[in-house]
Amino acid sequence: MSVLVFTLIVLVGAFLAGFLGSLTGLGGGVIIIPLLTLGLGVDIHYAIGASIISVIATSTGSAAAYVKEGLTNMRIGMFLEIATTVGAILGAVIAVYLNAGYVAVIFGCILIFSSLMTLKKKVDHSTLEYTSKGAKFFKLNGSYPVNGVETPYAVKNVAGGFFMMLFAGTLSGLLGIGSGALKVIAMDNIMRLPFKVSTTTSNFMMGVTAAASAVVYLHRGQIDPGIAMPVCIGVLIGATVGAKVLVKAKTDKLKIVFAVVVTILAVQMIYKGLTGGF
Amino acid sequence: MEQAKNINDKDIQSLVGNLLRAGVYISMGIVIIGGIIYLFDHSAEKIDYAAFDFNKVSLKTVATIFSEVLTFKGAAIVQFGLLMLIFTPIARVLMAVVSFFLEKDYLYVLIGLIVLAIIMASLSGGFAH
Repeated sequence: MSVLVFTLIVLVGAFLAGFLGSLTGLGGGVIIIPLLTLGLGVDIHYAIGASIISVIATSTGSAAAYVKEGLTNMRIGMFLEIATTVGAILGAVIAVYLNAGYVAVIFGCILIFSSLMTLKKKVDHSTLEYTSKGAKFFKLNGSYPVNGVETPYAVKNVAGGFFMMLFAGTLSGLLGIGSGALKVIAMDNIMRLPFKVSTTTSNFMMGVTAAASAVVYLHRGQIDPGIAMPVCIGVLIGATVGAKVLVKAKTDKLKIVFAVVVTILAVQMIYKGLTGGF
Repeated sequence: MEQAKNINDKDIQSLVGNLLRAGVYISMGIVIIGGIIYLFDHSAEKIDYAAFDFNKVSLKTVATIFSEVLTFKGAAIVQFGLLMLIFTPIARVLMAVVSFFLEKDYLYVLIGLIVLAIIMASLSGGFAH
């Protein structure tokens, strides 16, 4: 395949990945990696390097908007970034020693898990019980605008959330994805944040987390400009268009269709990983 | 006092939002320019990504990328743009540290510095081998 044809195919594929990733809430990274590896025969190391770059581009772009709306809790974000960046570097280093087949298998499992999570109905676990000493010490309790009225919320189980973030960061660094699904579990279910705050804060942290592992991948030679260029341009444009459509469209049916497609991709990744296809 | 602190937090949010947006636009602009030059020079060549080769990509460190970008080769410009993109969220942490310092929230100055130190340790290349 020539460079021109490859660039154009990846550009279109990355656009679709970014578009569907933002419509379904799954993110572009988890779709672009199977597309590059299963579809175009690209080595998974290059696919992960390109994907982590696209994670920085999309999360930084949308974080800009959320931060201005006052939805993001910057203190929670900064505090948990200690866990996610340590995890991200750990994950990227583990990836060096782990057989590519195992990486593909773990990737497939996370893919299935994430697509199931997008189907689950979101329940607001937020609370006003100011009992956590950790939350008080680190000044994590906050407020956010609901229909123009500042509404307070209390944060619980800071240590639990911190360790879950360490795990989320490790997977992000290992697989080159944003691992938004895990971050939201840590903040929704464990720390009990309102989900508007947790999704935007998770998005806010994703850029720094991805930057920490991207640096390791850069030094390892896994970020190839020929792949990363069409991937990040395509995913960013796709995600931007997706975010605009999302406001108007009903995505419930789309999510189910998409979860099925993603699960098929995931099973293929796991199968190829186990049979030595990587 | 409470009022002043509140306004300060909002200012930080607006500033951080603008920085993030500008960082993405500028770095993606550089990537697109580099991409066009890259395609002009290499479009007919065959791609080879089937097996990972540590030595294939030569632009691996901040220093080489900064010196190579002056050659105006497409790949070097793309890599420079990608590096700017990687720096954007890092710059955001730096900015947050400064603004927490102005707010006299020294606990969060420390937390921000820890995050920066982790990333700087990684930037030095120590974890890649």
